Parts: sequence; structure tokens; C-alpha cells
Amino acid sequence: MLAQILFWLMALVIVVTSIGVVAVRNPVRSALNLVANFFALAVLYLLLYAQFVAVVQIIVYAGAIMVLFLFTIMLLNLGAPSEMVERYEWKRPVTVGLALLFVIVLSGGVFARLGQAQPAPDDIGTVQMVGKYLFTDWVYPFELTSVLLLIAIVGAIVMAKRRF
Amino acid sequence: MEAIPVSWYLMLSAFMFAMGVTGVVIRRNPIVIFMCIELMLNAANLAFLAFARQQAQLGAQVAGQVYTILVMAVAAAEVAIGLGIIVAIYRLRDTINVDEMNLLKF
Amino acid sequence: MRRVDALLNNPWVVIPLRILIVIGFILTLVPGLVWLERRVLALMQIRKGPNRVGPAGLLQPVADGIKLFFKEDVVPERVDRFIYFLAPAGFLIPVLIAPAIIPWGPNDRLTPIADVNIGILFLLAMTSLTVYGIVLAGWSSNNKYSLLGGLRASAQTISYELAMGLSIISVVLLTGSLSMRDMVLNQQGSLGMLNWHVFRFFPLGLIATGIFLVAMLAETNRAPFDLPEAESELIAGYHTEYSSMKFAMFFMGEYASMITISAVMVTLFFGGWLPPLPFAPFTWVPGPIWFLLKLGVFIYFFIWVRATLPRLRYDMLMKLGWLRLLPTALVNLFLVAIIVWWQK
Repeated sequence: MLAQILFWLMALVIVVTSIGVVAVRNPVRSALNLVANFFALAVLYLLLYAQFVAVVQIIVYAGAIMVLFLFTIMLLNLGAPSEMVERYEWKRPVTVGLALLFVIVLSGGVFARLGQAQPAPDDIGTVQMVGKYLFTDWVYPFELTSVLLLIAIVGAIVMAKRRF
Repeated sequence: MEAIPVSWYLMLSAFMFAMGVTGVVIRRNPIVIFMCIELMLNAANLAFLAFARQQAQLGAQVAGQVYTILVMAVAAAEVAIGLGIIVAIYRLRDTINVDEMNLLKF
Repeated sequence: MRRVDALLNNPWVVIPLRILIVIGFILTLVPGLVWLERRVLALMQIRKGPNRVGPAGLLQPVADGIKLFFKEDVVPERVDRFIYFLAPAGFLIPVLIAPAIIPWGPNDRLTPIADVNIGILFLLAMTSLTVYGIVLAGWSSNNKYSLLGGLRASAQTISYELAMGLSIISVVLLTGSLSMRDMVLNQQGSLGMLNWHVFRFFPLGLIATGIFLVAMLAETNRAPFDLPEAESELIAGYHTEYSSMKFAMFFMGEYASMITISAVMVTLFFGGWLPPLPFAPFTWVPGPIWFLLKLGVFIYFFIWVRATLPRLRYDMLMKLGWLRLLPTALVNLFLVAIIVWWQK
């Protein structure tokens, strides 16, 4: 019962904040909506038995990536909402309509017919379990990801320098 | 916690994804566009975890969580580079309205 | 008695009770800390400190609280109101949630509010979240000094989070688990104090403790890393435009995070609730008392360092974090990993 309440509450937060990210004028408020979205997602990950992923979501997404977004918005002083004027006004209703159509068709046609969740051991989301698979079956993508992060670090530093 | 069917998580994921796409098409500020891309990536993460609950084998169930972590790492790398690009463009053009970035070479 | 027993076994009752006790404890320690800091700082600077308001100045925090409560709440004109009001709460709430994982004692009723499998990562997550309060406070104040102070403070926090995380991972390698209770249990042993993580694999444990110590000071924006809020540098940094209770929330949050992070230091490196030597008469003293004693030592250390060391300039601070602490933490982690692997 607690799971039901939590799920519906978090689903409401996710829906409202997703619309908020897209619809709000001020980019700082947009970013804050996204942070709230990530929190609600972390709670949903907990409901899906993924504890490690939930806390990594908060540390990485809500705690690092969104801070980076906020820094960039504040340093470039993009808080002024009146700078961005849309050129083609018909884009908005068409896009929103098509997006809603996508959601309805996908949910009704495909997702509503899927089966139930399979039984899983209680410790499926723990660090030990994820770590075991990350270092045995998935060690190759794991190492490639570390190389990718190295490339990103080098790239970001190269781009941020003023003179070569 | 078996009370919530997996399909509801997937509908939520579809909604987030649709909102992300809408944001990328509608908004003119590249930082907000980037945030909508992150929204799409998170929708994909939620879908991964929801589908992982439906697998039969333990290995496949944990694989969903491993995918999610890898997606987060990739998203972090992408955000670092993307924001660096935006800052570099701002330094050059002094505006970041996406509609004005219409030249391949400045 | 049976009804009380049944009540205490009901999780809907026990968990809110534990939460109330822990948060109440920390919020009660905060005024004590205010008094302690002013008194100890004063005595170290060969002056007397507050000694008028109540015996030995013990009611000084009460007077401070009353003053802050009755101050005029000035809200500047063109602030972003929603974010301006949200920021102090955004700073205080993660700080108060963080002590949920700290094991105060061995008994199951006293142990953490939540001994989750991902224990120490929870602390890292909450520390990352305090950055939001600072950055949003700086931004919404519509004041360039606040913005600079906020950005500097948050850049400092995220830089030292790395070194802190790496030293925590050394401890995780030693323990084999992220759970805080397991970390304390791993430090049990017949050698007593020598089993604590600070003395393991000498000098690697000591280096990890040292890195965590420095990072601890930097994370809480305490001297000598308190440039973002130094009075003589940036007016008051990110909380310049805040008055009365909103400022009090920043103030309380800083002291509460000091307490929490000292508690984490005690749990990770100094044995938590374990006595220094595992035989009588040390075992007559209950676990939580040892914990509080060790906590007191580290809180005193915070105040001591503030009185002693000069403030670091911002570029020196960043250089310390990135160029000295981070490589040291990495090498330390590497060596600990080799030794742990070799021992298996």
C-alpha cells in the first residue's frame, strides 16, 4: 500500500515536472524542475528494486550534472527569459499533439498488454550484485566507459582553453 | 512491491520521452534543449529498469541495472562536452539562440 | 509493558521516533556548538568569549536565537522570490537527512534509522545536494557578490567531494561493503584500537584519514576553507542578502553538517561505537558514549583548526584539492587495493 501511494505521488511529480521543464520560460526554473524530476525518478528506481542505481542517480544526475547545468546558466547569465523568440509559431501545437499521440498509442497498444513482473531475489539491486555482474559479464563496456569519460575530460578541457 | 504493474512504469517513461522530444523541437535555448535530452535519457533508464523486472533470468534482471549505470556515465560525459560547446559558441557569437546557428562555418 | 513492547516493534512507530530523536539530538547540539565555538575560539585567542548571558555564557546561543528570530526579515526588491525562499531549505534539508545512516551504537534499536545496503553513498549524495542550496542562494540574491560567493562555494564543494569519495572507497575496500554498520563491525577485533581503519596498513589508513579530514573541512566550508563566506572577503558570500530566520537556517545547516560529517569520520575511520580496548573496564561504558566522546574530539578539532590556521586563498584552495589531494587519494586507493588483493 505504501508502494502504491509512493508510486502515484512520484508519478504525479514526474508528470508535472516534465511538463515544467519544457514549458517554463526561465531556464533556471526549468533546471530546478528537472532536478525534482530526477528525485522522483530515484524514488521510482527504489520501488523497482534498484537501490544502487537510485543513489547513483542522485549523486551523478541530481548532484553533478544538474549542478553543471546551473553553473553554465548562471555564468552565461541566461536567466533573462525574453531572449528566445520562436520563429515558426505552428510548431508548438503540432509537436505537443504528436507527442501526446505517441504516448497514447504506445501505452495503449503495446505497454498495456505486457506481462507481470517476475519474482526476483531481495538483494537484486544491491551493490554486491550489480558489481558482480559489472565486473564479470559487463567488464568490457565498463572499461570502455572509463575511456569515454577520459575522452570527455580531455575534450572539455581543450574546449575551455582560450589559446592553444 | 509486486502491486504495481510494470506497464505503468513504461507509460510514465513514454510520457517523459515524449515531453523530452517536444522540448527539443519547441525550445530555442540550447541549454534547455540539452536538459530535454537528459529527460529523454532518463526516460530510457526508467524503461530499462522496468523491463529488467520482467526478465526471467537473474543475469538479465541485473543487466537492466548495469545498462542504466552505463547510460548515466555516457550522459555525464555528453553533458560535459555539450556544455563546453555551448560556452565556446557563446564566447564566439555572444548569443546562443539556436535559430541563429545556421552557418556551417563562421 | 507488553503494549509498549508491541508499539516499539511496529515500524510505523519506531522509525518516526528514531528520526525525531536523531534530528532532535543534532538540532540540540547545534546551539551547544555555537557556544563551544565562541568560547573555545576566544580562549585560544587569549580572551574570554561570552560569559555574561547565563553561567559561563551558556545561554548565549539562546540569546542569539531570540535575536535572529526577532530581526526584521529584509527581502531585497528584485530577487527571484521562489528560489530565494527555497534556497535555505534546500541547504538545511539534505543536511538533516544525512544522519539517517549513522550507527550510534551496537543495539538494533539504536542503530541507524536506515542501515541501507548503500550506506556511505547516501552521505555522498546528501553532500552533493547541499550544493544546490548554496548556488541557488547566491543566484537568487540578485547581487554579484552573492553570486560569486555561491559559485565559489559550490565549486569548492564539488572539488573536494572527489578526494572525499576516493578516501571513502579505500575504507570500502577494507570493509567489503558500503553499509555503515559493516564498517564499524569490520573494526572490531582483539587488538582494539589498532584494528581501527586509521591504523590499518600503516601508513595508508592514516593517509586516507588525512585526506578525509581535509576534505571534511572543505565540504562544510569551514576554516581554513571558508573564503566563500568570509566576512572580510565577499561581504558574507552567498548568504549576504539573507536575514533573520533564513540566515539562521544557513547557520544551523553549517553546524549540523559539521556534526554529521564528524560522525561519519568517527564511523569510518575511528571505530564508531567501539571502545579503544576490547576488555573491561572499557566495555562497561556503552557504545553510544564512546561515539559521542569521539564525536566531541572531532568537533573540537574543527574549532581548533579555525583558531589556528589562516584562510586559504581561493586558487590555493582549488590547487590543493585537485593537484595534491586527488592524486594522493588515487595512489593511496591503488596501494590499498593491491594489499587487499594480495591478502586474499
